[in-house]
Amino acid sequence: MKETIIPIGPYHPLLEEPEHFKLYVEGERVVDLDVEIGYNHRGVEKLSEGKTWDQVAYLVERICGICSTSHPMAYCLAVEDLLGCEVPKRAQLIRVVVCELERLHSHLLWVGLAGHFIGYNTVWMWAWKYRETILEICEKLTGNRNHYAMFKPGGVRRDFNKEQIEYGLERIVEVEKPIQMLTDAILDDPVIHKRLKGIGVLKKEDAILYSAVGPTARGSGVPFDVRKDEPLDGYKDLKWKVIVQEDGDVFSKGVVRLLECFESISMIKQALSSLPEGPIDADIREVPPGEGCGRYEAPRGEVFHYVRSDGSNMPYRHKIRAPTFNNLPTFKASCKGETIADVALITASIDPCYCCTERVAVIDKNNNKKILGEKELLKLSVEKTKDIIKKLGKTPPLYRMEI
Amino acid sequence: MKEVLKELKAKLKGEFLDIAQVRNNRIYIKVELDKAPKVVEYLFFKYKCRLCTATGIDTREGIEIIYHLARDDKNMLINVKTLVPYPKLEIDSIGKKIPAFLWIEREISEMLGVNFKGHPDLRRLLLAESFPKGKYPLRKDFKHSDVTEKDYERLSK
Repeated sequence: MKETIIPIGPYHPLLEEPEHFKLYVEGERVVDLDVEIGYNHRGVEKLSEGKTWDQVAYLVERICGICSTSHPMAYCLAVEDLLGCEVPKRAQLIRVVVCELERLHSHLLWVGLAGHFIGYNTVWMWAWKYRETILEICEKLTGNRNHYAMFKPGGVRRDFNKEQIEYGLERIVEVEKPIQMLTDAILDDPVIHKRLKGIGVLKKEDAILYSAVGPTARGSGVPFDVRKDEPLDGYKDLKWKVIVQEDGDVFSKGVVRLLECFESISMIKQALSSLPEGPIDADIREVPPGEGCGRYEAPRGEVFHYVRSDGSNMPYRHKIRAPTFNNLPTFKASCKGETIADVALITASIDPCYCCTERVAVIDKNNNKKILGEKELLKLSVEKTKDIIKKLGKTPPLYRMEI
Repeated sequence: MKEVLKELKAKLKGEFLDIAQVRNNRIYIKVELDKAPKVVEYLFFKYKCRLCTATGIDTREGIEIIYHLARDDKNMLINVKTLVPYPKLEIDSIGKKIPAFLWIEREISEMLGVNFKGHPDLRRLLLAESFPKGKYPLRKDFKHSDVTEKDYERLSK
């Protein structure tokens, strides 16, 4: 059969960020795929070489709007590694609270979008409703719904007071139940099982060979979590476990994210109720020559920062690697043999974040090739769900709304 | 925490110039240019390390490349350093054997102008096609005037 190329992009059908996929298909089946990124490259690494050590924390927070706190966290860890300094205990636990709140809202955002994409708009509405509570906690604790600006090398910038801690604990307990209900509903739904299981399988050996990170790797049975492996500040004393699933399909990656929400909730509760008194800042005066690496587990996987100092007030080199940079190439392994209706879902299953991966906004002029846009892909995906429901004979309760 | 260092010292005997454990879980290994891919492949396949990323740094003598490899179960970050000296910036590609290295090698090649020999697909990854050839933005001698308005205009045609 003749091979056809179907271009998708430069706007992603699911997550509103520019990238370009070329799918090589035979009939309905994908035989190969090529990803073009670079539409969002902003040159943050170069910018960083012209900023002082304090300003860089502010700059890297702007790399991503969803995991806005993971980049400053990894950067601060890198500078602290360079200096070999110890962060006060209270600051460590405040960091944990902010980071886990971010993970919660990021995972719920993904669950909502994935639900919308398979035609389950109820899931989308629910997930985003409970995400709102998390954002309100963020606002109360840090002053912002996103871009918290809490971290600096050596500690945190703002302390929590008693009223904030009580508010945080109260709301997080309140939101746990509805998230549990949503998770149960999703994990019990027969159509979601049929629609997502066995699709876009990333085998364990491929996950290792591509060095996949985060829920993408854990969904394929690679049991690592930087929060656990690298004795990160704050996480050592908390009780929590790493969620691993063995199957490697879209469903497993979803399960990992859903179950991780409860670990995050438990960690926030533990941290907020055991906050010790003390300073929140190690008071760093100057940065000597040297180098340091910082690793932190963002919602999408490991963020890696490397800094080198020549003794001046600015980094000599600052390397940033976002999780999607390692996860995107895995599509070559997971999309082969799949149908076009599923590819957009598989590409979304790693929760890609392009503005992190690239770090100049340029828009590609389309040639006259036929492009499958957001609407067509969404339609294909929703129709597949409908087919499954038709074969099943009855409509599951979770599937109520239509587009 | 010193056992990983001891183990690596024994296993990589004769392959490295210098090896040191700087802090609790950071090991830095300095290797010669032609031995770097071999050492990294050994660490990836035999020592069960995972690629975090690689960094290219413009120094006076050449481009320094650091491969950051993580051994998660022993929570150790192993950094393999090598120097690609000016003027001939060439190093063997690891991406032809390990797909995880493909993208990062493309990035270092466009940003710093290092040629990875044997790389199957050394196209630009992040920079636009109209970005001037032979200019490398992460080098220290790169100036803003190196890229003109015209370079961007070409794009909108």
